[in-house]
Amino acid sequence: MSAVWLSVLCVGAATIAIKAAGPVLAGDRELPVRTGRMVALVGPALLAALVATQAFSTDEELVLDERGAGLLAAAVAIAVRAPLIVVVLTAALAAAFLRVAT
Amino acid sequence: MEMAPDRASRATGYRAGARALLPLSPAVLLFGASFGVLAQSAGFDPVASIVMSATTFAGSAQFAVMGVLGAGGTAIAAVAAAVLLNARYGPMGLAAARAFTGGRLRRVLESQLLVDESWAVSQEEGRFDRRRLVGAGLVLYACWVGGTVIGVLVGSGLGDPAALGLDAAFPALFLALMVPLIRSRNALAAALAGAGVALLLTPLTPPGVPVIAATLAVLFGLLPERPRRPTECAS
Repeated sequence: MSAVWLSVLCVGAATIAIKAAGPVLAGDRELPVRTGRMVALVGPALLAALVATQAFSTDEELVLDERGAGLLAAAVAIAVRAPLIVVVLTAALAAAFLRVAT
Repeated sequence: MEMAPDRASRATGYRAGARALLPLSPAVLLFGASFGVLAQSAGFDPVASIVMSATTFAGSAQFAVMGVLGAGGTAIAAVAAAVLLNARYGPMGLAAARAFTGGRLRRVLESQLLVDESWAVSQEEGRFDRRRLVGAGLVLYACWVGGTVIGVLVGSGLGDPAALGLDAAFPALFLALMVPLIRSRNALAAALAGAGVALLLTPLTPPGVPVIAATLAVLFGLLPERPRRPTECAS
C-alpha cells in the first residue's frame, strides 16, 4: 500500500474513533459538578486557542499578518453586535483589502 | 404545510444549525477545493483525496498529512501529526456527549459531524443542541467533500483562498462564537489562558499540541464560580 493510502486510512479510522469516543462512552452519564464546570470551560479555552493559532501562527511560527488585522476588524464588528455573517465578511474583506493594498 | 408541533420544532433545530453555518460555507467550499488541488500536487490520487475528506473531515489534519507526505515525510509522521491535531475532538466530544441520543451506531455516525465550527455553533451556555450540531455539520460536510471533489476535478486553475481573505474568516468566526460564552470570570480566565498557552507553545511544539495543551485551562473550573457581570442577566 502506498504511503498516501496508508495515511488516509489510518487517519480516517483514528479520527472516527476520537470523535465518537465521548458521545459513545460518556453519553448518558451525569457528570459530577466539578467535572461539569470544567467541561463547560472547554469551549472558551479551545475556541480562544483556535482564534490565537489560526490568526497568529503559520506552522510552528508566530506571525502578525493580515489575518491579525482581519481579527481586529471582526472584534469591532462583534462589539457593535453585528450578525455573524457580517463579522466573518468584515474579517475576510479587511484581510483581502490589506493584501491588495500592501 | 402543517406539521405536528414537535416535528416542526425538530426541523427548526436542524435548520437553525444549517443556517448558522451558511455564511461560512463558501469559505469551507474553497478550502475543500484547495485541499483537493494541493493534495494532488503532493502525490495523492483523486480517490484518496476524496476518501480522506469523507472520513477524516477535519481540515487542519488533512492539510498536515498532505504537508508531511508532500515534503517527503513518512506515513508514521503524517499520521502522528494528524492524530495530534484531531486529539482536540476528544475533549470536544466529551463536552457535547450528553447531547447525543440513541444507540451506539447512531452516536458514532452523528459524532462524525463534530468539527470545530459545528461544535461551536451548537452550544449555548455550555449545553449542546444535537440538532443544531447535526444541521451545521451536514452543511459543512457537504461543502468540504463537495469542495474536495471540485478541487480534484478543476486542478490548479483555482484561485488562492488567502487572496480572498478567507483564511481570516475562520479566526473571526471562532472569536464571534467564543465571546457569548464568556459569562463568568472563570470562563474569561480559561479563554485568556487557553490563548496564551497556545501561542506560547506554537514555536516550541509540533502543530496540534498547542491547541490540545490549551485544554489545561479548564482547570479554572476548579475555582469557585463568580459571574462576571452580576447585574446583567443571561440573554
